[in-house]
Amino acid sequence: MKGNEAIAHAAIRCGCDGYFGYPITPQSEVLETLAIEKPWETTGMVVLQAESELASINMVYGAGAAGKRAMTSSSSPGVALMQEGIAYMAGAEIPGLIVNVQRGGPGLGTIQPSQSDYFQATRGGGNGDYNVIVLAPASVQEMADFVDLAFELAFKYRNPAMILSDGVIGQMMEKLVLPPFKPRRSEEQIQAECPWATCGRKNGRQPNILTSLELDCAKMEQKNLHLQAKYQTIRETEVRFENINCEDAEYLIVAFGSAARIALKVVEMCRAEGIKAGLLRPSALWPFPSREIERMGRQVKGILSFEINAGQMLEDILLATNGRTPVAHYGRMGGVVPTPEEVIQALKDKLIK
Amino acid sequence: MTEEEIMRPENLVYKKPTLLNDTPMHYCPGCSHGVVHKLVAEIIEEMGMAEKTVAISPVGCAVFAYNYIDVDWVEAAHGRAPAVATAIKRLWPDRLVFTYQGDGDLACIGTAESIHALNRGEHIAVIFINNAIYGMTGGQMAPTTLMGMKTATCPYGRVADLHGYPLKLTEIAATLEGTCYVTRQSVHNVAAIRRAKKAIRKAFENSMSGKGASLVEIVSTCNAGWKLSPEKANQWMEENMFKFYPLGDLKDTTTTDNSL
Repeated sequence: MKGNEAIAHAAIRCGCDGYFGYPITPQSEVLETLAIEKPWETTGMVVLQAESELASINMVYGAGAAGKRAMTSSSSPGVALMQEGIAYMAGAEIPGLIVNVQRGGPGLGTIQPSQSDYFQATRGGGNGDYNVIVLAPASVQEMADFVDLAFELAFKYRNPAMILSDGVIGQMMEKLVLPPFKPRRSEEQIQAECPWATCGRKNGRQPNILTSLELDCAKMEQKNLHLQAKYQTIRETEVRFENINCEDAEYLIVAFGSAARIALKVVEMCRAEGIKAGLLRPSALWPFPSREIERMGRQVKGILSFEINAGQMLEDILLATNGRTPVAHYGRMGGVVPTPEEVIQALKDKLIK
Repeated sequence: MTEEEIMRPENLVYKKPTLLNDTPMHYCPGCSHGVVHKLVAEIIEEMGMAEKTVAISPVGCAVFAYNYIDVDWVEAAHGRAPAVATAIKRLWPDRLVFTYQGDGDLACIGTAESIHALNRGEHIAVIFINNAIYGMTGGQMAPTTLMGMKTATCPYGRVADLHGYPLKLTEIAATLEGTCYVTRQSVHNVAAIRRAKKAIRKAFENSMSGKGASLVEIVSTCNAGWKLSPEKANQWMEENMFKFYPLGDLKDTTTTDNSL
């Protein structure tokens, strides 16, 4: 099954209430698979092709406001268009899931894979001080598994969550075990779990109002402080990463998503050559595993940030190591996927020398 | 007779709708929003839908509608209310879902969302306040600003070669397969208010009976933006706005008596 198809099947299976999307390569299979599966006849999940990414994200905003598990998927230019809605979701604390199957940019760019939306995803992306929870799958299995995880985190923190994938993972076919079926939540469950949801003032409760607007600057600052406190809790609680061959590593490669798969081969080839390389794969990009990278930085002789972009996660590694460890970057752009040989050469040229 | 003797339930001939709370409104005296808010509150109450209504407020003067009517509200990004309403209604089909939008929100920045939600036949009601100006930001040109009309961004009057023409989105909506009821009303006198109330009620009922999308345009005054007294604004509206935006039903597929 393709990564994009896995997203669709996982959505149906994890009790997703609604999908709203607009076609764009290389992720159109998500909506296409949902259309074929017709979940509205089985689980009751709503599937709607919207008139734009702008409408899609605002549908997710509305659905999430009303306490429903809703998602959209797109690729880089489409996700750029969604940033307004994502900022509004962050501001009004509305949960929801955005899947970005990245392609190369800027602008219309290319349909080939890329990881160049790292900044956009991990820095908020829209206006204002906010963060989106960002998960980075490196396999078709994780494409499926992260859908439910993203919804759980989004509702736990009342925050938008994103699956930051790329054209490689989206289009790649792999075996996977689909997650077990989980029913959609009932009206009673939603009322109990989401007392803030705008789905009608049941039993005459006070009205719920979801807005990101507050004209009084003192109140707006308090709201921002509340958001920042929440983000700090997420930073302390939701760091996710995987260490491979790191125990005795002298050189550390940090890579996520499809780059991590290439890096795995790089580590294997390095070890065959006698270079003690290890891989740290963040499976969440925000919050970022800064402490682990700082810790590893004290052990290794150098860190290579290997990303399929011009060097974006590099900045988070530099912040984590704070000048204590030599850090270099290797990446390709414009949709070109690097080979393991290129990465080993870069490691040698930039760090081993 | 004392005040207490007069103020008895049996003497009651009129009262403020229960759902309209006591928060002081930010609307300018003479603005049509207050009257339309009252009608909306009254209708929700009369329909017994207070516990089953989800309303969507826009960006514009009505952004704070959520402060005045005691139902659940979602504040949408500028122009996106119909998309927000689409999802809520599809996921909570037994709820009364309506948007309340101004001309800039509905007919300019949100034109795509408006047309597509209406054309999909979403079972929502759209209330469209058309006062031909951007009130909230201080009186700039709107998509519905009349030719020759002066605003902060067309201070010498709207002219076609510089600004293009006013948009009749309601007429466009009437041509869409997804709309079941499209009407243009006003609230400048008692008779008009009664007709507007009937129209909004019908739109809300259509939403609940799943007949498709309804659009109720209310040609409105913005005396502050127009720089006229409330009375003169009403007069100016009757003389100028109604000529370009004639009142009445443009489409009604819910009744057999369809006198266009």
